[in-house]
Amino acid sequence: MSVLRFLRTPEGAVGGFLLAALAFVALSAPVLFPGDPLAIVGPAYLHPFANPAFPLGTDSLGRNVLAGVMHGARTSLVIGLAAAFAAIVVGSAVGTLAGLFGGVVDEVLMRITEAFQTVPAFLLALAFVSVVGPSMGTVVVAIALSAWTAPARVARAEVLSIRQRDYVAAARAVGMHPLAIAFREVLPNALPPVLSLASVIVASAILIEAALSFLGLGDPNVATWGTMISEGRNVLRSAAYLSIAPGIALMVTVLAIYFAGEGAVEAASARRIAS
Amino acid sequence: MSRTWLLLRRRLIGSVPVILIVVVGTFFLLEAAGGDAVDAYAGEVGADAGLIEQLRQQWGLNESPLTRLATYLWALLHLDLGWSVAFSRPISGLLMERLPNTLLLMGTSTALSFGLGSLLGVVAGARPGSARDRVLSMGALVLYAVPGFWLGLVLALFFSVQLGWLPLAGIETIASGLTGWARAADIARHLVLPASALALIYLALYLRVMRSGMAEVWRMDFIRTARAKGLARRRIVLRHVARNALLPVVTMLGVQSAQMLGGSVVIESVFGYPGLGLLAESAVRGRDTPLLLGIVLLSVVTVIVVNLVVDIVYALLDPRVGAEAEGAR
Repeated sequence: MSVLRFLRTPEGAVGGFLLAALAFVALSAPVLFPGDPLAIVGPAYLHPFANPAFPLGTDSLGRNVLAGVMHGARTSLVIGLAAAFAAIVVGSAVGTLAGLFGGVVDEVLMRITEAFQTVPAFLLALAFVSVVGPSMGTVVVAIALSAWTAPARVARAEVLSIRQRDYVAAARAVGMHPLAIAFREVLPNALPPVLSLASVIVASAILIEAALSFLGLGDPNVATWGTMISEGRNVLRSAAYLSIAPGIALMVTVLAIYFAGEGAVEAASARRIAS
Repeated sequence: MSRTWLLLRRRLIGSVPVILIVVVGTFFLLEAAGGDAVDAYAGEVGADAGLIEQLRQQWGLNESPLTRLATYLWALLHLDLGWSVAFSRPISGLLMERLPNTLLLMGTSTALSFGLGSLLGVVAGARPGSARDRVLSMGALVLYAVPGFWLGLVLALFFSVQLGWLPLAGIETIASGLTGWARAADIARHLVLPASALALIYLALYLRVMRSGMAEVWRMDFIRTARAKGLARRRIVLRHVARNALLPVVTMLGVQSAQMLGGSVVIESVFGYPGLGLLAESAVRGRDTPLLLGIVLLSVVTVIVVNLVVDIVYALLDPRVGAEAEGAR
């Protein structure tokens, strides 16, 4: 029912369709282009549409651009989703603890949140990856490191209002353990507003990953859009398509996520009005 | 005046723990990076084992981590950020040299995105739900989805490579010998592309905040009164709706400063613009962790200062802010 409502909003329909297409691309990449997308498979600098075997052409080394773009979708989506998942789990745990315990715990946790928020997200990720070394895992951690603050704040605000409610008082009265109250009674009810941040977090995670790999700090063993754009930059004059193709892929992905997020918000508010 | 002063004092005190936490964080990253200042110095200047040991003693690097943290803090208090291996210079001097360039870029693009964004936001919010509103909101969303560095590349490709209108990189023509206004004009020409690339991305945020703020104000009673009085629509939009929706947009200025500083790193790298961002890229390439963390610390201070300024402006615009602080005293 709610899926239908989501698809009925224009944003939801466009976003849902694009996301489904992207998921298909990401999943079918290893089937359509088995083997390493970073392998050299043809002549260098083949322009797009010139050779049906390489619809998007080849890069300066003779790698298939279409294979790179499709495998890059996998990298972007995996990193975006993983970073957002980590950020939301950590953020909502911190926010719940801060909101529920209050006092010194709240003060300390919120100061830490504030400190993390003050560091520009991209610089934090850059510093972390350059110290620890680039890999899929470290890039995910680096992005989550700054992305958890927004869910933490929202979760805290939600918890502060929820903890006044009767059912929490009842749980306390029957002697439930405070941590059990926090994670079984309060957190599940505080989650919806936190989850509504998901689309923005995934989108910015994908953009940060792209910027990191643009600066040469992506996982060197996988195809990423940022790396492709950065390699195309050196031949911008003669082969602009090398930067343009992955850039458009990146933009469409982020846009699809925003649209889906807007659609979800609209569907949710439509439900509130209907009920 | 005392209201502003109180606010300022409270914010300054509040930012101390924030800076401390960030410093402890960068200290741990430095430790994790391995290699210390002496390694860096020895690699740079050359030193035998005896001298290395002596320097370690002298700089207190054989002490426990806690003592080293204290030493680090003490050095930071004296604005001593250490030695840059990549540039063979003290880090603080390097930072101070690059900071004005980044502030110029940030200031220009903030002014552009704030001005243009809130203006378009007024246009969109004048009739929420109209076709004009939908087109503008959609356009803003599309712009917000564009990766900044890619937009920079596309702008460079179009305006410098294809049309040859604007310079491709740098902050001024090298060895041009220009002075005074001619030099300022030269710098301005170099600033157009990087500043527009940054501004276009963040314009969307201001537009959206302004628009949604206006959409909310339209529903309020005093607007109905204004309409009932028969005020011209233009007057209602500008004097009543837009004015009351402006405050959250001002708040965004502070929130955005951190993001924009981060975004400027890649933009500066695309345009070879010699600010903190390009310095950060060189630090990454030169494996110069102390320099990179010095940039992080300076950015944090910059973000805190920008937020302070925004808070003060906000307090001046909205007399309700800070009044409760005075009462609480």
